[in-house]
Amino acid sequence: MTASVAHQFDDAEQQKHAATLGMWLFLASEVLFFGGMLAGYAVYRAAYSQAFAAGSGHLDVWLGTLNTAVLLTSSLTVALSVQAIHEDRRRLAARLLIATIVLGFLFLTVKGVEYAHKYDERLIPGRHFAFEGEQDDNLSAANVELFFSFYFALTGVHALHMLVGVAVFAVLAWQTVRGKYSSCYHTPVEVAGLYWHFVDTIWVFLFPLLYLIDSSS
Amino acid sequence: MIETASSPRTHYFTFAALLILLVVTVAVAQVDLGPLNVVTALGVAALKTFLIAVYFMHLQTARSSVRVFAVVGVMWLIMLLGLLLNDYATRPLVPGAASSHHVDPDAL
Repeated sequence: MTASVAHQFDDAEQQKHAATLGMWLFLASEVLFFGGMLAGYAVYRAAYSQAFAAGSGHLDVWLGTLNTAVLLTSSLTVALSVQAIHEDRRRLAARLLIATIVLGFLFLTVKGVEYAHKYDERLIPGRHFAFEGEQDDNLSAANVELFFSFYFALTGVHALHMLVGVAVFAVLAWQTVRGKYSSCYHTPVEVAGLYWHFVDTIWVFLFPLLYLIDSSS
Repeated sequence: MIETASSPRTHYFTFAALLILLVVTVAVAQVDLGPLNVVTALGVAALKTFLIAVYFMHLQTARSSVRVFAVVGVMWLIMLLGLLLNDYATRPLVPGAASSHHVDPDAL
């Protein structure tokens, strides 16, 4: 099946370039979407360093590491899938997309386990939030709660992006099995791959910022 | 038409490098290096992002317009963070917060 070219484009190549450029433009806007939250996190982390270190200490570095490895592996399966469709190996491409979906759900499951731990420890921001231990102006329950507000906002929005990615890949895997994509036309798979890799890079920053920076102190 | 020049081998090498960097960043974080902890953590994250963008996202074979979009996205972020943190780092301490080492954002 060859690509159908929409009437505003000269040829299939130009159409593909426009789609790729459009995704990169969207990703650049996403950088600022997450960037705003990260800027807020940086300012408050500098102001309430002890409280943010205490909050960070309640996160499980090993679950975070596991999830990072899971997400990096899912990026590999996406990259290999794009490669496979490039070589007209549709069955392999579809399998790799399904592997990506499974890895995406694995990530979200681990995230869910972590959220459940936070619920048990009463670390969900709100009226039932509780933080015990010695406190002062900097290391106060309210400031630790602020850390967890950032934690849930950042990881929650990231998880939402992953859910969108998983849904997109489910459709693409189905279409790949049905033979919609080939070496001639596979722009949607490639562009969705760009999105998935981007969501991966967001986690690559969230993981050290939330879990690692204070883990030695 | 610019095709992806990368092979499965490139992808496996990139993946291996990313996993090694993950181990490095977790290991280094267990040692107290003071302010260097933040620097190394963000440095490794930036390196991982670079590898993902260049090899998984095919920036190495992308057209120049796509590369410009990628670089500009990072530059906007640097402007946002750079100007904001510059403001907080250099703003004179507000009266009454003199004992605080940092400016209290709520007091502004």
